[in-house]
Amino acid sequence: MTAGTALYDIPGPLARRRHRLYGIIATAVILVILAGVVYLLFDTHQFTAAKWTPFEYKGIQEMLLRGLGNTLKAFVFAAVFSLVLGGILACGRLSAHRPVRWAATLVVEFFRAMPVLVMIFFVFVALKVQPLPALVTGLTLYNGSVLAEVFRSGVNSVERGQREAALALGMIKTQVMTYVLVPQAVRAMMPTIISQLVVALKDTSLGFLITYEEFLHAGKLIASNLDYDLPFIPVVMIISPIYIGMCMLLSWFATWMAKRQRRSPKTEAVEVAAAEPGTLMPGAGPHP
Amino acid sequence: MNVLIDNLSLYAEGLLGTVELTVYSSLLALALGFVMASFRVAPVASLRAFGTAWVTVLRNTPLTLLFFAVLLGLPRFGIVLPFQLFAVLALGCYTSAFICEALRAGINTVPTGQGEAARSLGMTFRQTLGLVVLPQAFRSVIPPIGSTLIALAKNSAIAGSFSVTELLGTYKTLNELGYNIVWTFVWIAVGYLIVTLSISAIFNVLEKRWGVAR
Repeated sequence: MTAGTALYDIPGPLARRRHRLYGIIATAVILVILAGVVYLLFDTHQFTAAKWTPFEYKGIQEMLLRGLGNTLKAFVFAAVFSLVLGGILACGRLSAHRPVRWAATLVVEFFRAMPVLVMIFFVFVALKVQPLPALVTGLTLYNGSVLAEVFRSGVNSVERGQREAALALGMIKTQVMTYVLVPQAVRAMMPTIISQLVVALKDTSLGFLITYEEFLHAGKLIASNLDYDLPFIPVVMIISPIYIGMCMLLSWFATWMAKRQRRSPKTEAVEVAAAEPGTLMPGAGPHP
Repeated sequence: MNVLIDNLSLYAEGLLGTVELTVYSSLLALALGFVMASFRVAPVASLRAFGTAWVTVLRNTPLTLLFFAVLLGLPRFGIVLPFQLFAVLALGCYTSAFICEALRAGINTVPTGQGEAARSLGMTFRQTLGLVVLPQAFRSVIPPIGSTLIALAKNSAIAGSFSVTELLGTYKTLNELGYNIVWTFVWIAVGYLIVTLSISAIFNVLEKRWGVAR
């Protein structure tokens, strides 16, 4: 029960009975819809043996695994590079020198406003690069810019007294940053960083569009095989749980971390807004 | 510059495609997102579970996979629609999950006391919702919805690779015609900037007009 919503009071016996009735009706409707979907699947012969046998073959399993491996490879590269790029750009945006700050701002704002796919295609088509580097470059530019913004807001949201105290102790600007602000900010930013990595993981599937041989590509190859009666739906039914599962695991990790952090004294001095990125709007919500 | 002037109609067509996709999918996403948000705050457990499942699954689905499944999968069930409609469906459903979360967060920012006060004044559920809760929630959801819709406009680029007319897809034709590929992309980028900046401008106006007075 969502305690403390402004919408309704805690229901009494009558309301509870009514809600139970609604609940039964709603459950019935949802079940009917699900049953309809399952019926449709059977009706269009999606569960025939011919369409599922390919998954028993070693070659096909290996192909799927190779695809998954390529997806993860692209993700790891993109994640590492975008963290690095994000760090560099954040340094630029926090710099005391105005030209550096402006340049970094320009880069960050431009790449946040562009669709990732435009960058990936630009690198792939115009610069004639291999699919993997093109994908990684595109993802890095976009996620790096978004992460730069996250880092910046994280460092800025460390309580003012921390910085002042450090300066009063005679630390120089770099020391204040590396010993005081960044360690506190990074701990507080962890959940936001991880949720941005989920976006990067999801976006690796864009590699499919530039013929990078990733998970979806492997699926497409199997699905277009006439020998197995074009097993498109079975392929989707196998691929999507794996994709969604991976992303969900990472999202849950972020949520778990955020929850743990709320109790940790180490991040007391930082109040990171749910600063989710990828927008031109102030006070943004989560970015799809 | 030549690239743009020679192919103005092609670019215009692409830009129009992107705008159409964005507008239709936004409408679908807002409607679906509203329904799902109301499910998620409903006092009925099964509706809440359905809303939660919808949001969790769609938020963690790569959009390319969704496009792949919808545009190439639904025809297997004998559902044959124009590709643009399929694209709107995929984009709209995907974005609805994010809209739903924004709306729910907005409703949750309304203090419990507001609803209690409204009810103690004798307002019915409909009145509480329409006169007290939703107007206040509306103010705080403008910025997150704006950024979600900007993201939607950017995501619409994926549709181009599934043979829907839109801005990014124009590069193929221009490439074949032998135009300078870098300039082709520069103008595509400008087109996207126009779309995203206009959405941003619209929502800035909304925010100024109705946003939370801070």
